Amino acid sequence: MYQYDTLDKEFLADRAAEFREQVARRLAGEITEDQFKMIRLMNGLYLQLHAYMLRVAIPYGSLNPVQLRALAEIGRKYDKGYGHFTTRQNLQFHWIKLADTPAILDELAAVDMHAIQTSGNCIRNVTADPYAGATAEEIDDPRVWSEAIRQWSSLHPEFSFLPRKFKIAITASAKDRTAAKVHDIGLMVRRARDGTLGFEVIVGGGLGRTPYVGPTIREFLPANRLFSYLEAVLRVYNRHGRRDNSYKARIKILVAALGAEEFARQVEAEWEKVGAAGDLPDTEIARIRGAFAPTSFDTLVNRSEAFEEAKAADPIFARWARNNLRPHKRPGYSIVEISLKGIGDTPGDASSDQMDLVADLAERYGQDDIRVTHEQNLVLPHVKLDDLAVVHAELRRAGLATPNVNLISDIIACPGLDYCALANARAIPIAQDIARKFENQDRAELIGELKIKISGCINACGHHHIGHIGILGVDKKGEEFYQLTLGGSGAEDAAVGSMLGPALPANRVAEAIDVLVDVYLRERQDEERFLDTVRRTGVAPFKEAVYADAN
Amino acid sequence: MPTRIKLQADGTFVLAEDPFTHVGDDAGLPPGDVIISLTRFQAEGDRLLSEGRSVGVRIEPAEEVETLAYDLPRIAVVAVAFPKYRDGRAYTAARLLRERYGFKGEIRAVGDVLREQAGFMVRTGMDAFEPADGSTPEQWAHVAHRQRHVYQRAADSRLPAFAERE
Repeated sequence: MYQYDTLDKEFLADRAAEFREQVARRLAGEITEDQFKMIRLMNGLYLQLHAYMLRVAIPYGSLNPVQLRALAEIGRKYDKGYGHFTTRQNLQFHWIKLADTPAILDELAAVDMHAIQTSGNCIRNVTADPYAGATAEEIDDPRVWSEAIRQWSSLHPEFSFLPRKFKIAITASAKDRTAAKVHDIGLMVRRARDGTLGFEVIVGGGLGRTPYVGPTIREFLPANRLFSYLEAVLRVYNRHGRRDNSYKARIKILVAALGAEEFARQVEAEWEKVGAAGDLPDTEIARIRGAFAPTSFDTLVNRSEAFEEAKAADPIFARWARNNLRPHKRPGYSIVEISLKGIGDTPGDASSDQMDLVADLAERYGQDDIRVTHEQNLVLPHVKLDDLAVVHAELRRAGLATPNVNLISDIIACPGLDYCALANARAIPIAQDIARKFENQDRAELIGELKIKISGCINACGHHHIGHIGILGVDKKGEEFYQLTLGGSGAEDAAVGSMLGPALPANRVAEAIDVLVDVYLRERQDEERFLDTVRRTGVAPFKEAVYADAN
Repeated sequence: MPTRIKLQADGTFVLAEDPFTHVGDDAGLPPGDVIISLTRFQAEGDRLLSEGRSVGVRIEPAEEVETLAYDLPRIAVVAVAFPKYRDGRAYTAARLLRERYGFKGEIRAVGDVLREQAGFMVRTGMDAFEPADGSTPEQWAHVAHRQRHVYQRAADSRLPAFAERE
């Protein structure tokens, strides 16, 4: 966890004080709601269907127990006792009163947190691999670069009024858990043959109305030139991105219009002019690296008798261990995924009590480290194998031990029409229907990795384009319908899914998923995942089965 | 005489008299110092300057500051336009004028200019403001100085955090 110094703390305190004044002016009627909009959107405050929604930044999805407890407490004091983790690794409170927001921002600042740039046409919260610092796959710790970008992008004087919002993701592993290729900028840490650290730079990916898998515009950017290069990309975008139509204003549209090659050429030309003056000194990167509290691992052996015995004795624990644990870089440790996708629950929601429990577990068994994944789950990145049984038991008591990570009921869903003013259809009840349909864990494991992603409208906050099965809510003459896509992926094999056929009414969606799964189980060869089978066979056999009745 | 908020060399904001008149493309030219469009400047700039006037040029967001590069030494003011506060191209324009072209004259924010933007405007090198929200120099100073620290190098003289920390 990056330790804030006085300067970082004062930055947040100043910002919170400013917002307190601005809210006072709004409440006193000195400014109109329209004028206030610009202010609140720079501070993560949205006006939704029923109330204000406050989106708290969780930079690169990294939290310590003190912070998670503060979020729990805010949820209790100012919301309805829970919060909602998002696909940007952030946390949203959906039932906030405007008059409470200054106090909330103060409470956040007290634990080194904020809501800066979680909305507005600026550089949003940077996301990173939730397994950073714990996985053996990574080339370097992406959190160091994420934190440097967080600072550089905070109240950036030139890039706070971009044509549209701007999202950056960083991964340092070959297995991409950040959906980097569908970001405005995706950075993939690479090492050159001579050992130099750098980034592959992907620009112009995105979802929404016009989904794109982003092209690589630079194969290798030396790490010490990152910030001048980002400046060049952002400047080309700020100057030339479309501003006449907000649906065509994302950088992906500019990159697609110019072509990746021409866009890259313009960036390189600008980069040359920016020069090294735009870079962060190596000493600052080193300082940030050093400001991450060191994790101290015990020297352990690979095999834990306690863990093996617990698995043999308790099939429930064994199932959880099979599905929710990931290999750690150190012998004797494990990465623990905590599913926020309990069957019948709202994907990504956690109650304040659950947050407190996770904070406790991180403190007792997890090196004070908690992560949020873009798939709306939590992670304890460093847990000893010896402690897994007790961690599981505690999670289970709190309803947090659903053994379904990466399985069919581990669904991403946006808040949808239950909360959001933009939505055309509900997303949460659809996710709940599907999860219930596949409640049988044996069947879910038999099906294996299957990522379902649901958006309540074309803005695609639920990432439906990159779901192995994507579900998009549409409005048909006042009725909620759902369009299915197949074959999408947000991982290293990123792809936009293909449309299955005409949209289905809400009560037919879960049933259609069941049919899709049956086709997969019939068609799959060897170890194929659902995604692999779809890619091999194409959409046709799936389409035929789902629409068989209609013919 | 009309006024605008001016950022002075000592970092203070004052309400200063404005000797310039904004003149539209179709309007007749009054005597004295004027701010005109880039198009009009390209057509009439030489003549106006030879009359001994000070001339300012108004840059719209879609116009590139590069086109002014060779004229900058004889231009007194570049007025960067904000048709809407959301249009952030003027920040890039101002920064390039200061950092890349070393422009020493006045860079004036005009249009939908709101005090909430003061910090960003000052940091990108703007030093004169025609606020659309009736805000005062005191309010501009308050907003511009609000953050004790900044994280980036920009067109002002503030030390970024990484330099402050050294």
